[in-house]
Amino acid sequence: MKLKTVLIGATALAAIAPMAHAQETGERGRNGQLNIFYWQAPSTLNPYLSGGTKEVEAASLVLEPLVRFSETGELVPWLVDEIPTVENGGVSDDLTSITWTLSEGVTWSDGTPLTAEDAVFTWQYCTDPEGGCAQASYFDGVENVEAVDDRTIKVTFSGPKPFPYTAFVGSESPIIQKAQFQDCLGAKAPECTEANFNPIGTGPYVVDEFRPNDVISYSANENFREEGKPAFASVNFKGGGDAAAAARAVLETGEYDYAWNLQLAPEILTNMEAAGLGTVVAAYGTSVERIEVNQTDPDPSLGDARSTTEHPHPFLTDPRVVQALSKAIDRQLLVDIGYGAAGQPTCNILPAPEIYASTANDDCLTYDPEGAKALLEEAGWTDTDGDGIRDKDGRKLSVLYQTSTNAVRQDVQAIIKQEWEDIGVETELRNIDGSVFFGGDPSSPDTFQKFYADLEMYTNNFSGVDPESYMASWKCSEIPGPDSQWQGQNIPRFCSEEYDALVDKLSQTVELEQRGEIVKQLNDMLVQGGALIPLIHRGNPAAHAKTLGGVKMSDWDSELWNIKDWYRIQ
Amino acid sequence: MTDRPDHTDDVPVAGNEATPVPFNPVGAAQSQRLIEAPRSQLRDVWDQFKTHKGALFGAGFFVFILLAVLLGPLLWPLEPTFIDIRARNSGPSLTHPFGTDQLGRDILARMIAGGRTSLAVGLTAMALALFLGTLIGVLSGYFRRLDGILMRLTDLFLALPLLPLLLVMMLLFRDSLRAAIGPETGIFLLVVLGIGVTSWMPTARIVRGDVLALKEREFVLAARSIGTPARRMITRHILPNVLSPVMVSATLGIANAIITESALSFLGLGFPSDYPTWGSLLRDGTDYLQSYPERVIFPGAAISLTVLAVNYMGDGLRDALDPRIRGR
Amino acid sequence: MLTFALRRILISIPTLLVISLAIFLLLELAPGDPMSQVPLTVPDEVKQRMREALGMGEPIPVRYGKWLLQFFWVEPLNLIDHWFGTTFAAGEQRILSWQTRSPVMEIVAQRMPQTLWVVGMSYVVGVLIALPIGIYSAYRQYSVFDQAGTFVSMIGYSVPPFFSGVLVIVIFSIQLQWFPSVYDTTHVVDSWDSFVVQLRQMIMPVMVLALQTTAQISRFMRASMLDNLGQDYVRTARAKGMSEAVVVLRHVLRNSMIPVVTVIALGVPGIFGGAIITEQVFKVNGIGQLLITAIQGADLPMVQTLTFIFAVLIVGFNLLADILYGLLDPRIRYD
Repeated sequence: MKLKTVLIGATALAAIAPMAHAQETGERGRNGQLNIFYWQAPSTLNPYLSGGTKEVEAASLVLEPLVRFSETGELVPWLVDEIPTVENGGVSDDLTSITWTLSEGVTWSDGTPLTAEDAVFTWQYCTDPEGGCAQASYFDGVENVEAVDDRTIKVTFSGPKPFPYTAFVGSESPIIQKAQFQDCLGAKAPECTEANFNPIGTGPYVVDEFRPNDVISYSANENFREEGKPAFASVNFKGGGDAAAAARAVLETGEYDYAWNLQLAPEILTNMEAAGLGTVVAAYGTSVERIEVNQTDPDPSLGDARSTTEHPHPFLTDPRVVQALSKAIDRQLLVDIGYGAAGQPTCNILPAPEIYASTANDDCLTYDPEGAKALLEEAGWTDTDGDGIRDKDGRKLSVLYQTSTNAVRQDVQAIIKQEWEDIGVETELRNIDGSVFFGGDPSSPDTFQKFYADLEMYTNNFSGVDPESYMASWKCSEIPGPDSQWQGQNIPRFCSEEYDALVDKLSQTVELEQRGEIVKQLNDMLVQGGALIPLIHRGNPAAHAKTLGGVKMSDWDSELWNIKDWYRIQ
Repeated sequence: MTDRPDHTDDVPVAGNEATPVPFNPVGAAQSQRLIEAPRSQLRDVWDQFKTHKGALFGAGFFVFILLAVLLGPLLWPLEPTFIDIRARNSGPSLTHPFGTDQLGRDILARMIAGGRTSLAVGLTAMALALFLGTLIGVLSGYFRRLDGILMRLTDLFLALPLLPLLLVMMLLFRDSLRAAIGPETGIFLLVVLGIGVTSWMPTARIVRGDVLALKEREFVLAARSIGTPARRMITRHILPNVLSPVMVSATLGIANAIITESALSFLGLGFPSDYPTWGSLLRDGTDYLQSYPERVIFPGAAISLTVLAVNYMGDGLRDALDPRIRGR
Repeated sequence: MLTFALRRILISIPTLLVISLAIFLLLELAPGDPMSQVPLTVPDEVKQRMREALGMGEPIPVRYGKWLLQFFWVEPLNLIDHWFGTTFAAGEQRILSWQTRSPVMEIVAQRMPQTLWVVGMSYVVGVLIALPIGIYSAYRQYSVFDQAGTFVSMIGYSVPPFFSGVLVIVIFSIQLQWFPSVYDTTHVVDSWDSFVVQLRQMIMPVMVLALQTTAQISRFMRASMLDNLGQDYVRTARAKGMSEAVVVLRHVLRNSMIPVVTVIALGVPGIFGGAIITEQVFKVNGIGQLLITAIQGADLPMVQTLTFIFAVLIVGFNLLADILYGLLDPRIRYD
């Protein structure tokens, strides 16, 4: 197995950085210190206690899952030799169980062997009702996890699971050590500060010192299963500052080797790149910046009933109006101004993976203000009083358009406002601090779930590669409202029986091609039904020094998923 | 000291003293002085102010900035929010004297619009903070009975975290204010109130310290011994003598208010993003410091020069209001 | 004086209790949710369970009472344990941060060194520069030195650190490459060389912060000196034939210190509060950065504890300022 994993890594590496072949191999720790800059610093190293991306990625140097996703979204065996499928008998024929076999000779960094018991314990740890586990959704539908023998883990589901690669797959559900965490179950989980800050893992690095929200020092794991890896003897994982400062430290001063999440205007990054010290890279996953279209009336005069299904929206329920708004947006311009290499125009809510990406809506990629005007005329919206704003039956075509506070989003808002005013739609902008907007405080009027506006813009995605639960979030039953404490993922309050039926069909379909077709149909229903206006397929921009080799960014897993293969180009 | 009443409220004649009584020769003399005093004093102040070159320059510049932001839109009618993508990131030229920003918005127009907001916020918030600070400082320094409670109130405000306080204010009042007086005025009021209410404390502490010292000075003791009522003690004897720290607070206060506003709009608590202020222009420009330095130079210089002008005006005013200096 | 100090300290206790309650209620009212930084991919039910695990479901009075108990009883016990190796606080629930799930006090202790190094040093430097500038500017009012001092300090005050910080980084880190742009909080000073490294990484944030302190305090110093220079007692002192140095430094300076002492004393709690923007620009990650990340993450126990510690410091230093008034000006008596 060892050989095989090494081979997979080596072939992939050879494809990416052929010129530096000589430095890829050698002694462990030969390249000195690696400096990584995460300007949003991790607050803990236990990914089960904090769902934040920064914590998950910082922990991915230490904790590992059974299988990771590569940069193309494919499954890569990590702590196992092969991926169980129905064909090789690893997945039962009725799709209700999956059996994993651990690779031989994997040890924790303290030298003790990794066993199936650790996986069973991880499941118990995360599903304890009092623990508040952030990754509990990875264990949804898991009825039991048992250790068949020391190296065999059997996961049983409560029903057929067409895509069984959830528990212990990807950086968000890694395996933790039973010996270290066994006294930390349930309500005691947060009290185990020592374990949460210094988890013992199977990964290439071990934690030397963890300072919450500041800096982490790692050193190479002497018991790591791969010979000669990792190449760096230590890692300095620094946080603080902002995206511009992080980019500067990598691209202009060269103090750091890698910086993540550099959402900056493209020209700023290009100017910094000109210093010649580093490169900007982007990984694409499923993140789409979109405008959600409220199907219900947010009028403040409705009081408690605003933005609930009792009152349909007076004009945004007409798909023609939404289509017109969509056509009047110059998406390429938004990319040029705000995203650069880290964005592509899209007309789909689900632009990837390939088999799920629809092409039925691509005409919105061309900026067509005339077409938009024609659509509005057709829908009966004309400017009768000559004030530049269209109206119909005495009601003005005026929208309140909100988003979270973020320099790029505000630029995008400003451009779209002008483009809409060009076609006669009055637009009022509002931006809300992210901690309020994305917070679920039911007493705040400004959360994205309450949606007290006509339109709102943000980015969403799904983790892993299977979109089933993501598509299910637009079912009628998922509509947030006062009864559900405003919880629920169907933000536009889109409701269609046809859609719900198709989602149910998806959950019973096994064959991948068919699943792809259904998902495409669902995507088209959402976009053409006027529930959403997709804008940008967003990549995750990062920068690395030119002397850093082996970086293969993945948006499907941790960005640092293959840090064991990183090395210094001398 | 201990056996004398602290404040002259206790003196029975208080309150009547200010009313001129015709048959009382002392009262008559006082009332006469009161009638002619304002005119001559004002002229005195202006004469002294004129001799201060820095103050004259400062006042001139301040008036210029005020006129520029008030009348600017008439001379330069471009909309500050108009986006001309093709002309983005252009340097200073005839069509755009200050250049354009990353969306092609005219920076001169944005400077004018931003100046109007920043100055309005700076001046009103400063005035509010100064008023509250002086009032509380004088009251707690002068009336010992109020001192304890007012200073504990000051401690409370000093200890309150500014950001959550503003978040709460926004949450509680934004929608109702927006409905009552429109989004822009509503936010303006909130920002001014937020900055004013959270920045009066240092002034109050300083004024109180000065008042405590003043209260023991001979002229105050003398004025009190002839039974001057508290209100007149404060307005005639105490306030003029605490004017200089208040003036310094005022000049720093304007700068503070303009800068705090920029931090607030950055956090999404201030004005909407399409509503420029000098602070937010400076903040946005900082990212482009290396490639387009003019974007930070214009708003940065506007803030600094305004603060400088206000400071010189304050200096001149302080000298002009001080009878000891004026006499020389 | 002693009875006054004692009485004030006694009054401080209910004051601080009221302050702590006010902060608690304010934070309760404020919008914001500790789950806002959790990705949208995490389902709502999971977020709800995480909130419950944080103890958010308990009623407000219970949580306030718990916090009081933890702050005034459990945490001091822990401190005693830490100092003397005892185990009084074993098994007691400490104040836990919602973000890191670790004891708040440990993080505060971890952040203190860099905040004291950078913010504290900048304060000392700023005050030491500001006093002579203020004194000399007032003594030679409207001289070239005074004008230049006014100009520089006003510019210094009116330029926000989010700009001046980036400016010095561009000049000294990127163009000249003299100083690092990222502050290393793990750096240990144990030799001359490591001290030089520490100086190099401190110099830019200290410069930026000291500029602000200097500007502010030299203005107050100058104004206060000017007030006193015109007083009768100065004329008397000069008439008696005292040297200018004695007149200015002994008589005028001492009387001018009252407002300045207030400003300086009020600034000291600010040192412990850190400098939010400057710390962020230079990645110092001290108390200021801790507070702002806690506010953004709606980490209520952390914000509550930090702001309450500031409140204690503010009340304490106000008391100190009042006592100093009495020492500087014997005419002020409190009893």
